[in-house]
Amino acid sequence: MASLKDIKRKVGAVQKTKQITRAMNMVAASKFKAAQSRMENFRPYAGKFMDVLNSLALRVDTMSHPLLAVRDPKKIRVICMTSDRGLCGGFNTNLIKSTERFMRDKIKEGKDVALINVGRKGRDFFRKKANVITQRIDVFGKFDMTLAVSIADDVINPFIDEEYDELYLIYNQFVNVAVQRPTVVRLFPLPSIGQNVDVESENRQDYEYEPSDEVLLQKLLPMYVHVLVFRALLETSAGENGARMASMDNATRNCEELISSLTLKMNKARQAAITAELMDIVGGTEALSKG
Amino acid sequence: MSDELILEIVTPEKMAFTGSVEEVTIPGTEGEFGVLRGHEAFLTSVDIGELNFTKDGKKTYYAINTGFAEVTAEKVTVLIETAERSDGIDKDRAQRAKEKAESSLAQMAKENSEYERINLALIRAVTRIRVAEK
Repeated sequence: MASLKDIKRKVGAVQKTKQITRAMNMVAASKFKAAQSRMENFRPYAGKFMDVLNSLALRVDTMSHPLLAVRDPKKIRVICMTSDRGLCGGFNTNLIKSTERFMRDKIKEGKDVALINVGRKGRDFFRKKANVITQRIDVFGKFDMTLAVSIADDVINPFIDEEYDELYLIYNQFVNVAVQRPTVVRLFPLPSIGQNVDVESENRQDYEYEPSDEVLLQKLLPMYVHVLVFRALLETSAGENGARMASMDNATRNCEELISSLTLKMNKARQAAITAELMDIVGGTEALSKG
Repeated sequence: MSDELILEIVTPEKMAFTGSVEEVTIPGTEGEFGVLRGHEAFLTSVDIGELNFTKDGKKTYYAINTGFAEVTAEKVTVLIETAERSDGIDKDRAQRAKEKAESSLAQMAKENSEYERINLALIRAVTRIRVAEK
């Protein structure tokens, strides 16, 4: 049986761990709140943007734009969007696993697959395992639309120049605090837009377009990519902090359990020591009185 | 009330402004244009530049990034990737960004693929400085 002192030290250590995990839980909670409100603030922009894009797509032959060009997909690029920091449960592991599976399947089909990493965790994992073209790490601490723009800029021109044929974005879709679902979205060629919007088409306003609707669409499509990437960034950041909140909450609870079981052990050890001492004293006095 | 125009400036981060104004001037890609109530409905793309509106006779200025604007008779919705109000601009930072962009442009060939991007950064910085001085 471990000595009283050892157990005492252990309790102290677990207590400190608990303080840390609790603090991390609270930090994650406040970051999560911020990330969630950013997601909400983004909604009007995204909604309005889609309205305009869809109504424009109905009027223009959308197939003509290079970002929508469907080619025989020989070369594929994948954006893997993980968080920068760990200690958030299975958040990154699950995502990396699905990315790996996705890439393996594509390679099996005989495609040429290259990877773009966003977030440190994915970079660390894939550094030696995959053909990584670009990476952006340490971005989630503070990011805004310009990050989405620069990620999109990296991929738009090579696609137009036919350096590759398909682009997929793999990220953790934010379902709720406890659930983040790895999701694969095809970015290029952009999925056809403006197909499920007939419901409102009756009361849609007819605009003058300036410049012409085709030119306008060409300007809007890259922005559409920005919107998709930015949404993924926001969901990743909310999901990361949500996952960290949950896992730190678990860790804190585990610490409490450990502490209570260790305290019990400690009390037992102390009692045993006292009993042993008493026995000694009693044995001693008895020996004395007999003598 | 009848000559009021609802203006909404929407960015990915927040509703930068929403309210009724008398007049708004927007830097469209085809040139700057002003909107009063009753304007014909149209949709246009917006360039990096200066957006301003008049509310209660007072002008407010924003430095904005690319996006587009939807104009109807009663309402203008401007969707842009960033919008900074003149009093919220860090002028020193903009100045530094401008100098950095200028110096890297000076050593760069026009054919370089980076040229366009840095040039845009320069335009943004200059716009921000100009708006900050209003």
